[in-house]
Amino acid sequence: MGWAIAIHGGAGDIPLSLPPEKRLPREAGLRRCLEVGIAALKARNHPLDVVELVVRELENHPNFNAGKGSVLTTSGTVEMEASIMDGKTMKCGAVSGVSTVVNAISLARLVMEKTPHIYLAFDGAEAFAREQGLETVEMSHFITPENIERLKQAQEADRVQIDYTQPIQKETPKDAAVADGDSQIGTVGCVAVDNEGNLATATSTGGLVNKMVGRIGDTPVIGAGTYANHLCAVSATGRGEAIIRGTVARDVAAVMEFKGISLKEAAAYVIDRVPPGTAGLITVSSTGEITMPFNTTGMFRACATEDGYSEIAIWDSPSK
Amino acid sequence: MGGWAIAVHGGAGVDPNLPKERQEEAKRLLTRCLDIGISALRSNLSAIDVVELVVRQLETDPLFNSGRGSALTENGTVEMEASIMDGPKRRCGAVSGLSTVKNPVSLARLVMDKSPHSYLAFSGAEEFAKKQGVELVDNEYFITEDNVGMLKLAKEANSILFDYRIPTIGTCGAGAAAMDSPLQMNGLPISVYAPETVGCVVVDKEGRCAAATSTGGLMNKMTGRIGDSPLIGSGTYACELCGVSCTGEGEAIIRSTLAREVAAVMEYKGLRLHEAVDFVIKNRLDEGKAGLIAVSKNGEVACGFNTTGMFRGCATEDGFMEVGVW
Repeated sequence: MGWAIAIHGGAGDIPLSLPPEKRLPREAGLRRCLEVGIAALKARNHPLDVVELVVRELENHPNFNAGKGSVLTTSGTVEMEASIMDGKTMKCGAVSGVSTVVNAISLARLVMEKTPHIYLAFDGAEAFAREQGLETVEMSHFITPENIERLKQAQEADRVQIDYTQPIQKETPKDAAVADGDSQIGTVGCVAVDNEGNLATATSTGGLVNKMVGRIGDTPVIGAGTYANHLCAVSATGRGEAIIRGTVARDVAAVMEFKGISLKEAAAYVIDRVPPGTAGLITVSSTGEITMPFNTTGMFRACATEDGYSEIAIWDSPSK
Repeated sequence: MGGWAIAVHGGAGVDPNLPKERQEEAKRLLTRCLDIGISALRSNLSAIDVVELVVRQLETDPLFNSGRGSALTENGTVEMEASIMDGPKRRCGAVSGLSTVKNPVSLARLVMDKSPHSYLAFSGAEEFAKKQGVELVDNEYFITEDNVGMLKLAKEANSILFDYRIPTIGTCGAGAAAMDSPLQMNGLPISVYAPETVGCVVVDKEGRCAAATSTGGLMNKMTGRIGDSPLIGSGTYACELCGVSCTGEGEAIIRSTLAREVAAVMEYKGLRLHEAVDFVIKNRLDEGKAGLIAVSKNGEVACGFNTTGMFRGCATEDGFMEVGVW
């Protein structure tokens, strides 16, 4: 058995021709965050602490769509959301509409541990963050020039973009069959299991480029973007609306349990049932298995197991 | 099998000491809502239209905890949430943090039909409501005297226990009456607050299922707190096989993704509606207290709860009709 960990930086229409200046920093980010997770697991930290720690790193990295580097709403603002779940206790926490909290995932954890509730949003979440003394900053801290540009493109194309989509060529007609505008970044997440079979998951995001103010996606919806129980821990990414409707994270565990199939088969089954090009997920089982299926062009991801195996990938890979 | 079926609820978890008069009032409202739904079904309205219509009725009536008559936040204001789901393509819409929208379930429907998203909340949802031209009112409209009193009780719940709705026999009488009922839900004595979220599930003649749920949430909740009602898979779910609406302890319903669970055991274990509902209530709630109503595409209707009572009503095309509290 042994511990296992998987992380993702978002699924979507990541072009195979992704230029090195966009690809390398993200690969480096995944590598670094994976190492942080591995070190924490080796030091015998509880998976709940591990996933929070790793997602904090991913949030702080400006090239992923979470925390700093979050995509912008139609008003040019940042509204972040996150959730965390402990597979053993089934306790969970979620936040939405967070605009000044440096690490939304840590706020979600505090909701789980310090309130009688599971989910706090907008002003209420921000007020709670201050009560708890979490680090808060001006919203401008999270906004990057890349994202200002993405919003501009999306508004010109008058479309809502998912994580990872191709740059709009000015000459490309609006209704081109290929997936929508540019993004090239995505939701982040981490799932982990220790060598006692304790599972945990955490997911964090800025959401959809050009989303309506107040729009909530799958990330903070327990059972959609995030879920963990005694069988597995799941973090999903992609088109929020499709993941909500497909109760993706919950279904992986449900299918394993009710159909008695393996983690890999269950995850593949669930991904097959959401519309093509809309989702990916990472999941680990209580016995240390990992699978990271997606039906988009690519998914920024990485994983490692105690026996020394590790992998960083973007597009299809043999051990998908 | 086949034919239409409908179920409504006004919350799981009822104070055993609830005065008879209140119980009768609740049954009258549930009956009225069922009749409205049945009429609509007989006029061939689709399931999705019927659930919206019925939940609007429940929201407008101040009796239960939704729309007018919603529970109050710790600040004495109302923050409402709702969700709706259409079985055939599993389209869905949800809203949270509404404070001026007269019928939250209708805004949830507009999110589903008229926006590129599935879930809008707080000021963004209110903005969308304005743009859609739905009926807006002052927050005061939703606040009832009953609930102002309940909020006070909830805040005092740790030190003094007395039930506002039970006539006092003497200074200690009401307190004693409340002490006799040590039932708790959401950390509060049931005499002080019971959930009373509302919901409706329908399967129409074509076998299409739909579900909708609406609530003011937990009495004395932190501002910004979101419960299970607007969360697809937790408080509400509908697919080709069934439609489900839940009520009770929000956190327990979320943890167990209760609404989705009913559909999942039907889908993946091949259980029929009644077996699925029983299984889920028995095995998925642990310490949590909740109830649900459900319909299947075959015209079956079922309800289940592990609480003391659930305000509910159901009817099927063959003439069956029942309204109950216990």
